[in-house]
Amino acid sequence: MGEIAIRVENLGKRYRIGTSVARYNTLRESLSDDVRGLFRRGRRRTMEDGDGEPEDMIWALKNVSFDVKHGEVMGIIGRNGAGKSTLLKILSRITEPTEGRVEIQGLVGSLLEVGTGFHGELTGRENIYLNGAILGMKKATIDCKFDEIVAFAEIEKFIDTPIKHYSSGMYLRLAFAVAAHLEPEVLLVDEVLAVGDAGFQKRCLGKMEDVAKEGRTVLFVSHNLAAVRHLCTVAVMLSAGKVQYWGHVNEAVAHYEAQIITGSTGQGPLSVLYETKGDFTKTEFAITRLEMLDEEGRAKPSVATWDYVCFRIHYHAQHSVSEASAELSLASLEGISLLRCSTQPDSNVRMGIQPGHGIVDCVFPQWPFAAGRYLINAALALPMKAYLCRLEEPAILEVRARDVFSSGQMMPEASRSLLAIPHRWKI
Amino acid sequence: MAADLDIDKEPPTIVIRPSHGWASLNLHDLWRYRELIGFLAWRDIQVRYKQTALGIAWAVIQPAFTMIIFSIFFGRLAGIPSDGLPYPIFAYCALLPWQLFSQAVTESSNSLVANQNLITKVYFPRLVIPLSTIATGMVDFVIAFGMLIGMMGYYRIVPSQAVLMLPVFVLLAVAAALAVGLWLSALNVQYRDVRYTIPFLTQVWLFATPIAYPSSLVPEEWRLLYGINPMVGIVEGFRWALLGVGKAPGALLFVSTAVTMLLLGSGLSYFRRMERTFADLV
Repeated sequence: MGEIAIRVENLGKRYRIGTSVARYNTLRESLSDDVRGLFRRGRRRTMEDGDGEPEDMIWALKNVSFDVKHGEVMGIIGRNGAGKSTLLKILSRITEPTEGRVEIQGLVGSLLEVGTGFHGELTGRENIYLNGAILGMKKATIDCKFDEIVAFAEIEKFIDTPIKHYSSGMYLRLAFAVAAHLEPEVLLVDEVLAVGDAGFQKRCLGKMEDVAKEGRTVLFVSHNLAAVRHLCTVAVMLSAGKVQYWGHVNEAVAHYEAQIITGSTGQGPLSVLYETKGDFTKTEFAITRLEMLDEEGRAKPSVATWDYVCFRIHYHAQHSVSEASAELSLASLEGISLLRCSTQPDSNVRMGIQPGHGIVDCVFPQWPFAAGRYLINAALALPMKAYLCRLEEPAILEVRARDVFSSGQMMPEASRSLLAIPHRWKI
Repeated sequence: MAADLDIDKEPPTIVIRPSHGWASLNLHDLWRYRELIGFLAWRDIQVRYKQTALGIAWAVIQPAFTMIIFSIFFGRLAGIPSDGLPYPIFAYCALLPWQLFSQAVTESSNSLVANQNLITKVYFPRLVIPLSTIATGMVDFVIAFGMLIGMMGYYRIVPSQAVLMLPVFVLLAVAAALAVGLWLSALNVQYRDVRYTIPFLTQVWLFATPIAYPSSLVPEEWRLLYGINPMVGIVEGFRWALLGVGKAPGALLFVSTAVTMLLLGSGLSYFRRMERTFADLV
C-alpha cells in the first residue's frame, strides 16, 4: 500500500446544459432526432455526446488533479456550482467522469446525504439494517454495531416505531448514527453537517474528528469554513470546475475568502444566486436567474443583516398568463420554511406574464435575517392553484454578520436567533 | 468491518475512469452486494402490504380471481378445451408462472426510476435493483404455489416424476422476466414512454401465451414460431411437470430457452452499458 490514498488525475466531467431543462427525452423526440440525423451528413454522434452540439455542453470539472495521503483529512471548498458535488459524485462512483482517472486505495464509504433509502413505513430497527446495507455494510457488521447505533441516536424507546412518526430531529439522529458507524478506510462526506440544530452539528463534527483521529482518510465538502478549518489539514479550493488552490487549509480558506470579497471568480458575479443557461424553447416557463441588487440597482455581491436588498427574478415564458404570481421563499438548511412572499395572494399585487423574458423584483428595505446560510427559492405560479416553475434546486444565500445592535461583542447569528428585529430594553 | 475484511483481505484499489463500449458484468462486485438484493426485496415486501386489510393474502387473491374469471368466461361460456383437465386447475397452473413473469416485468421496469433517490446518492451495482424486484415476485409465487398444492389435492392430481423438472421451468420464468425487465428498466430511465406501454404489453403477452387455452389449439406448423414467445415453453413446461399434460415440450422448450438466453444476454449488456449514465439521466 502506497502513501497515497486517493490520486486524481486530469479529471473532467462534461454535462449537457439541456439535461436540466428537458429532464428526460421521450422516445418520439429521440426517433425524430435520429431521422433528422440521417439528413445531416458527416456528423458522427457517440453515446457520450448524446444528441447535443458542443455548444450545449459545459464542463462541470476540468483538469482537476490532486492527491490525498493516507490518514489525511482534506476539505473541498468553493462556491455554489464550483464542481464540489460533481467531484464527490465521481469519487463515489455514482457518475462517470468524461475524462481523466482516479485511483482510490481501500474501501470507500460515501455520505452524500444522511438517511439515503430510509423508508417512512419501516421501523427504526428495520431502517438501520436497510440503510446500513445500502451504505455497503454487511448484515453481520450491523448486528455487531446495532446497540451502539441505537444508543448514539438516542432512540431506544422508539426503535420499533415506524419512522414516519419520528420528529425531524430523531430522524436525523438515526440517519447520522448509521452513517457514523460505517467504517471505511476512505470516507467521502458532503455537506451532511449542514442539517440539524447547532447541538447536533457539534456532535457530528465530534464524530468526524474521531474518524479523522483513527487515521482514516476523509474528504469533506462543505460551505462551513469554520468546520473545514477545524477538521482538515489540507484543502482544495475549486472555482468554475478547476482547482484554484491545493495545499494548507488556512491558505485555501484565505483564497476562498479573497474570492468572495473581490468577486473574482470565473463563474460570473457573486450577486447572481442562481442562473441557468440553455435552451428554453422546450419549457413553458422557467426561472432563468435570481440576483441581488442594491438601492441604486447595481449588482450587490453580498447581503448583511439589515441591508437594503432587492431580489430580482428573471424568467422566461412561452405564452402569456393574465393572472400570475411571483413568489420568493427562504428556508433553513434543514428545509424549514422561514419566509414566503408572493405577489398573490400575500401582497395582493396583480401581475401578468408576457411571452419572452421578464423580471420581477422583491425588495427588502431592511433584511431581517441574522448571519448564516439559508436556502432561497423563487417561483412563478397561478395564484392559489399551481406552480408554473421554480428553481430546480434552491440556491444557498449567505448572510454576512453585522453588529446591528451595536453590542460590540456579539453579532446576530442564525444559530442563536434567526431574526434580528429592532427592539429596545428598558431598565 | 471485521466481516468486510474477511472478504477483502487486501484493501482493493478502485480505478475510476471513463468507460467505453461494452462493459463487463463485474459479477464480483454484484456478489459483494448480494445482501442488499435481499434487503431491498424485503423492504418492498414489508412496504407493499402495509396498511392493507388483507396483507399478503393478495398474493393468492390475484391469481385466484383471474382463474375464476377465466373459468367462467373461457372454460364455461366459450367452452375452450383444457386438455381433459378441470378448467380451473388448468388455468391456475399456467397463471402461476405468468404472474411471476408479468409482475416481475412490471415491477422491475419501473424499479430504477422508483429508486432514483438511491441511484443519485450511493454507489452499488445497479443490477441489484431489478434483481431485488424479481426476488420480491418470488415470494408471491411461493405463496400462490401453496394454493396450487391445495387444488391438486382437491382434484386428486398426483404429479409424475416430471415434477423434478419444475425448478428448471421456474428458473426459466425468472430468467425471462429478468431479461425483459432489464431491457425495459434501462430504457425507462431515458424514455418514460416505457411505463405507459407496460400494461398494454402484458395484456397482449397474456393472450399470446397458452394460459386461457391449450397450445394444442395452435396449428402444428406454427408451433415453433409460437415458441419464440419464451413464456409458451415455460407455461407448457409447468403444465407438463405438475399436471402431466401432453408430452415433454422438447423442441418448443428449446426455442423458448434459446430466445430467453438471447434476451437475457442482450438485456444484461444493454443494462451495463447504460448503467454509467443512470445517475445523470434519471
